[in-house]
Amino acid sequence: MKDWRYWLAEQRGTLLAFGIFIAMFAIYSGNHPAGFTANVVQTAANKGVLLAFVAMAQTLVVITAGIDLSVGMIFTLTNCMASWLVIGTGLETAFGVLAVLGTGLICGAVNGAIVIYGRLQPIVATIATGAVFFGLALLLRPVPGGSVNEDLADFLTGRFFGVVPASLVALLVVVLVIWVPFSRSEFGRAAYAAGSSETAAYMSGVPIRRGKFFAYVLAGLLASIGGLFLTFFTYTGEAAYASGNAYTLFSIAAVVLGGVSLFGGKGSAIGAIFGALAFRTIGDLLFVFDFDPLWQPLFQGVILLIAVSLGAFALFRVRNRLEWFL
Amino acid sequence: MDGTAPLFRMEGISRRYGGVRALEKAELTVTAGSIHAILGENGAGKSTLIKIMAGVVAPDEGRMTLDGSEVTFASPAAANQAGIVCIFQELSLIPELSVADNIVISNPPKRFGMIDRKAQRRIAEEALARAGASDIHPRALVKDLPLSRRQMVEIAKALARKPRILILDEATSALTAADVAKVFEVLKRLRSEGLALLYISHRMNEIAELADHCTVFRNGRNVASYPAGSKSDNEVVELMIGREYSHIFPPKPTFAPAATPVLEARNLCWADRLDNISLSVRAGEVVGLGGLDGQGQRELLLAFFGVLRGLRGDVLIDGKPVSIASPTAASHGRIGMALIPEDRKTEGLMLPMTVRENLSFAALDRLSKAGIIDRTAEQRLIDDMVGLLAIKTAGLDIPVGALSGGNQQKVVIAKWLMRQPRIILLNDPTRGIDVGTKQELYQLMRKLADAGAAILFYSTDYDELIGCCDRVLVLYDGAVKRELVGDGITEHALIASALNIHGDDVRIGQGERA
Repeated sequence: MKDWRYWLAEQRGTLLAFGIFIAMFAIYSGNHPAGFTANVVQTAANKGVLLAFVAMAQTLVVITAGIDLSVGMIFTLTNCMASWLVIGTGLETAFGVLAVLGTGLICGAVNGAIVIYGRLQPIVATIATGAVFFGLALLLRPVPGGSVNEDLADFLTGRFFGVVPASLVALLVVVLVIWVPFSRSEFGRAAYAAGSSETAAYMSGVPIRRGKFFAYVLAGLLASIGGLFLTFFTYTGEAAYASGNAYTLFSIAAVVLGGVSLFGGKGSAIGAIFGALAFRTIGDLLFVFDFDPLWQPLFQGVILLIAVSLGAFALFRVRNRLEWFL
Repeated sequence: MDGTAPLFRMEGISRRYGGVRALEKAELTVTAGSIHAILGENGAGKSTLIKIMAGVVAPDEGRMTLDGSEVTFASPAAANQAGIVCIFQELSLIPELSVADNIVISNPPKRFGMIDRKAQRRIAEEALARAGASDIHPRALVKDLPLSRRQMVEIAKALARKPRILILDEATSALTAADVAKVFEVLKRLRSEGLALLYISHRMNEIAELADHCTVFRNGRNVASYPAGSKSDNEVVELMIGREYSHIFPPKPTFAPAATPVLEARNLCWADRLDNISLSVRAGEVVGLGGLDGQGQRELLLAFFGVLRGLRGDVLIDGKPVSIASPTAASHGRIGMALIPEDRKTEGLMLPMTVRENLSFAALDRLSKAGIIDRTAEQRLIDDMVGLLAIKTAGLDIPVGALSGGNQQKVVIAKWLMRQPRIILLNDPTRGIDVGTKQELYQLMRKLADAGAAILFYSTDYDELIGCCDRVLVLYDGAVKRELVGDGITEHALIASALNIHGDDVRIGQGERA
């Protein structure tokens, strides 16, 4: 086989997610009263990148065959923090941004330490830490409020050269600065290896623990970048329980749509980004068709079911039935 | 060779697993520039020995010296650092990663802190070429490769680490003849480059062709060391066995087999693991499955039990062809089959659940009326079983995980006996249990057979096959190589046919142990 065919096989999940997203977005913008304009794209991008950041965070943990049910709450907590700190002079704002991102890192490190060194199951550990993070968010913002450095906010949610949504550029930068180095680093590979087969990885002398820890820490960081952007879009902080949980669950859906295997070891954050964008577009489709918004959850659910079923066809090829349970 | 100082030496190495002694004061000396073969039966301690060398398990006592200075390995990575690289029998490749990723996994080339993919590709291609496997594409995912190719990748991966001591544990077991030839070329070249190679194999002809020196292990000790070629196959087999018979087996009945077999297979084939297997088991008969571990015995039992898809050939029950689509179908109705799985912890028991619940699982349909479990009937049957198998438990409502290994295994067997199966498949049921319980199981097996059950019994312990079975089929590479009947079931015959060497070569000396 030629090299490009291997590349294609590696990227199949990502390309499928890209395809789904393009199809959905074409239907969406084609039926949008305003059509495919810079404004429509900018609004869609701003809504999409929030979930994209959280989905990237989820991807890192899912790759290690774990799951992070606290990403939505890190997202909420850092939103509340940003509404206090990311304000004032340039220097103060910069300090605030660093503090918010640092908080995300710490949250991720706590998750990682509990799961890896405390040997708790990721699902339970992150439900618990998620509750703690939300509790902190409530203490910071018992009622919605606060503000943000609006110059910075407008710059990052606006458009470059009048056409390119700034939030998309920010997403691209984050991919280049965080995801690409991680996926090509030894730790990134250790995270994949641990997710795919932890025993084989151990036998091969792979730094499993550090790889997994790195994944959790970066997941916290990515979720906090999401929280920061939420503040830029809303200008306020709010400890919203339902929204935090929704982001957690949607991130899992986006990850699956993006071709990342929940069994670990397979998939990429790029795929998850397209999964997130596709998921958001599916949610918005009903508005352009002028259906009753009451139908949205049901419609979204059906589309999601169809999309994730695409990945299940491989089970028909299994010849030893015991492998179904592996 | 005596003039050269040993590169690596193990002295007085012992290791126990629970109460089981895997290694007892074992010694091994490895010299650079030679191929050292290690022989021994299943469970003789070879695997434990190399796991200790490779840093996977730590010894309970004993010392290891490398270049004359003492070493300890806390992890496989530490052993790799010291230049000891092992190709394990259970493959250590990561399925979702590419061949190149796997080859450089323990020490990837880096540039600016990131993995240098071009360098990685180059290293992988070189290593594959050195292993004689340039046909494998470095970008292919390991999970997409067939077993024989994966084994070549394992070898390439080991070579990429530039080892001083290379351990090959059954590394050729899945290879085709052409690959074996290539690997041998590679190994001989490595020897001439000054590496020390440890070669573990059951294939006598391979050892004869490759090894400079041989060490035989038995019951956790090294019992003999000799230059290759100085002993005949027969003498080697003698060294490998050389242990007392324990008279713990119930007497075998002299019986006239029934006319139609209860269970019969005709030309069973599955993937590349089962190759045209035909066999029959009659009521009252205990038929053994022998051979080296992993020659298709497990797959054969799974095939009967309806677990494998895409099975070709016929399965006949009472002479009538049937198609068994699932374990449920196999155990129900007129088939009445039971499989005692090899791994009781994952396939036999729900460890956190109670003894009572575990006992009832397989028979729930028989114990319930309109979907409700009849507690009195359940209790009666459970009491029968606990009595019959003498299960020692502090109560029926404690977690089954709290029982000893032997009693857990009894629960697994009892759970199936609650259905009164006519056909019983046993997959290495005595692994890791004490001798007393083993003896009870042998007696139970004979009792069940006398009561009319047809029993197919796979064991990795040759003594058991000799002591329990009326006939033994020896499998090699997924095919039945030989059928041994009655007095023809001897250790010599079992080992010789398991190694697929000609029976005639080792028949001499058989009378000694009759």
